[in-house]
Amino acid sequence: MSTEARRDWIRHDLPLLVWLVVVWILLWGDWSWANLIGGVLVALAVTWLLPLPPAPGGLRFRAGPFVVLLGRFVRDLVVSSVEVAWVAFRPGPPPRGAVISVQLRTDSDLLLTIVAEMLCLVPGSIVIDLDREHLQIALHVLSVRDMDEVREQEARVLAQEERVVRAFGSSDDVAALDRVPVQTGGRR
Amino acid sequence: MSTLADVVALTCLVAGALLCLTAGVGLLRFPDVLARMHAGTKPQVLGVLLVMVGAAIRLESTSTTWMLSLVAAFQLMTAPVSAHLVSRVAYRRRHVRRDLLLVDELRDGSHEDRFYRGDEPADAPPEEPDVAAAEWREGR
Repeated sequence: MSTEARRDWIRHDLPLLVWLVVVWILLWGDWSWANLIGGVLVALAVTWLLPLPPAPGGLRFRAGPFVVLLGRFVRDLVVSSVEVAWVAFRPGPPPRGAVISVQLRTDSDLLLTIVAEMLCLVPGSIVIDLDREHLQIALHVLSVRDMDEVREQEARVLAQEERVVRAFGSSDDVAALDRVPVQTGGRR
Repeated sequence: MSTLADVVALTCLVAGALLCLTAGVGLLRFPDVLARMHAGTKPQVLGVLLVMVGAAIRLESTSTTWMLSLVAAFQLMTAPVSAHLVSRVAYRRRHVRRDLLLVDELRDGSHEDRFYRGDEPADAPPEEPDVAAAEWREGR
């Protein structure tokens, strides 16, 4: 195994193996050597039989921004749940939605995945489509009254992206936040 | 202490159950698939999380707590993915109440084609029949 391949294995395959072993032990519910060995065997079998495509880029981890991201995410999850609950129960006509397209700045598969996953749980948005080439994400917004609220939603999407990138992105990714001019509102 | 734990657990369980109820009401009352996916993700996920927290406090067993946190983690990871896939298919198959949309920035895009893309319902008309027909005649 060359040095390059070994570093790749440590960065990509090892965390996956550890995660699978942890899941296995949690599923059994208690710690024992038999569970650990069984977990390692199952994890090796799973990664060997069902290999995942390589995810280039990798992630950095920054504790401070991560705490900000997490705190904000929990708050957003509660706010969005209450918001949807209110829209569901309030009397009157059905809400007016909108499909919006936002220009993102991150050019990393992993970061975009995290951004898209989190956007589904924060107020307002469900991801419909992601144009990987142009970095444009299309979202459905549940309830908007006017175009001002649409613009507000776009700002919230960009803020969410920025929090994710600051927590997990490489320094290049963080720099890209400022480099690419922010464009919102439809495709060009 | 135990009374306090019970009160917290009870609050979490009831709040979680109520949120799951709102998710159900949302599924019934919202006008189209895209709106319903909102109900299927946010209150649903938070509802399940709260029920998990309540159950973990009430059951007071370490191994159960770990298993419940696993349920919570997978709920957080999988609900957005399924909601996204359903929304994407619904949008592409045009199961969208366009009369209720304030704006659709995905539609006036350049890569959006006006012809059949092969994954619409068989009876879906082109979104702009006249334009589509004219472009087809020009052999675009």
